[in-house]
Amino acid sequence: MDLPPFQRLLEEHRVDVYRFLVATVGAQDADDCFQETFLAALRAYPRLRDASNLRGWLFRVATSKAMDHWRTSKRRPLPVEDVPERATPEAADGRPELWSAVAELPPMQRAAVVHRYVLDLPYAEIAQALGISEEAARANAYEGRRKLRSMQGAFA
Amino acid sequence: MKDLRIRWTEDLDAASRRAAEAVAARARRSGLVDVGYASVDSPVGRLLVATTREGLVRVAFAEESVDHVLEELASALSPRVLESPAMTDRVRRQLDAYFDGRVRAFRTKIDWSLCSPGFFRRVLEATARIPFGAVSTYGMVAKVAGSPRAARAAGNALHDNPVPIVVPCHRVVPSGGGIGKYGGQEWRKRFLLELECAIASRD
Repeated sequence: MDLPPFQRLLEEHRVDVYRFLVATVGAQDADDCFQETFLAALRAYPRLRDASNLRGWLFRVATSKAMDHWRTSKRRPLPVEDVPERATPEAADGRPELWSAVAELPPMQRAAVVHRYVLDLPYAEIAQALGISEEAARANAYEGRRKLRSMQGAFA
Repeated sequence: MKDLRIRWTEDLDAASRRAAEAVAARARRSGLVDVGYASVDSPVGRLLVATTREGLVRVAFAEESVDHVLEELASALSPRVLESPAMTDRVRRQLDAYFDGRVRAFRTKIDWSLCSPGFFRRVLEATARIPFGAVSTYGMVAKVAGSPRAARAAGNALHDNPVPIVVPCHRVVPSGGGIGKYGGQEWRKRFLLELECAIASRD
């Protein structure tokens, strides 16, 4: 099986993976997670047996790096003075309150909401990226969206 | 919900580009890059150079699309192909020096992985020994490669040279006169021969 040159994956998907990570772990840590994602992907790349959905595979790696990040940042709470004033990146559209609400969601719902509403991915791809069924992806995105609505009734 | 969507911004493009370059640099330091490549501007047009841990494996002229060359390398060697200024630094500087007339012999190791062992590779190895400013013939190269009557086959092998310029297939000409054919278009062969002739006759 012929895998495309890794540089092409990097070029074709870097903006979307970066956007995804900014949305899930925040602008502060997106860079680290991005590098960890692509290094892990590069390490595993030659052994990959199914090249039919490389984008989905990359997002799966990115999702697991984002989850690692959530786990470790939960264990190591930031000292108070280091907490940024906003959880939102400058690149995000000007709705900081919406982004802090997203940050409150449980990891799976947060990932599903970001995949669905930030990246516009179809549920089949979200399911693959998160390693869950399509129904579960739909349910998580729906539940996340419902919570966002009730938290921030004004928008959504 | 539309508000959730991050606008595509220059920032995101620039940030992800910087992060992607950092990935390539870290990958190289961790030994994860099997093929590193870069572009070089030269008097014979853009050159794509690719190296492995073993040495220079490919030089491609501008007619060959970058995508196509990279796909071939991924398929023949390893899909861990990344743009790497660092891995190609040495050969890029030597090419610059060669075209400036500051260097006559390339001091860069060749990775012969793309050359099937046997006649093909022996022809290229014989060609690699033709000195700057000199020429040889298809028949002579065939003879050195062990098949004195295979001049035409030697020509075919040289046409498929994966590392032109550095393995100087432009220095092989027909015994009957003229400069003969060249895999990278004949104007380049003429240019390289004239360049070397001019520099060699300076002293």
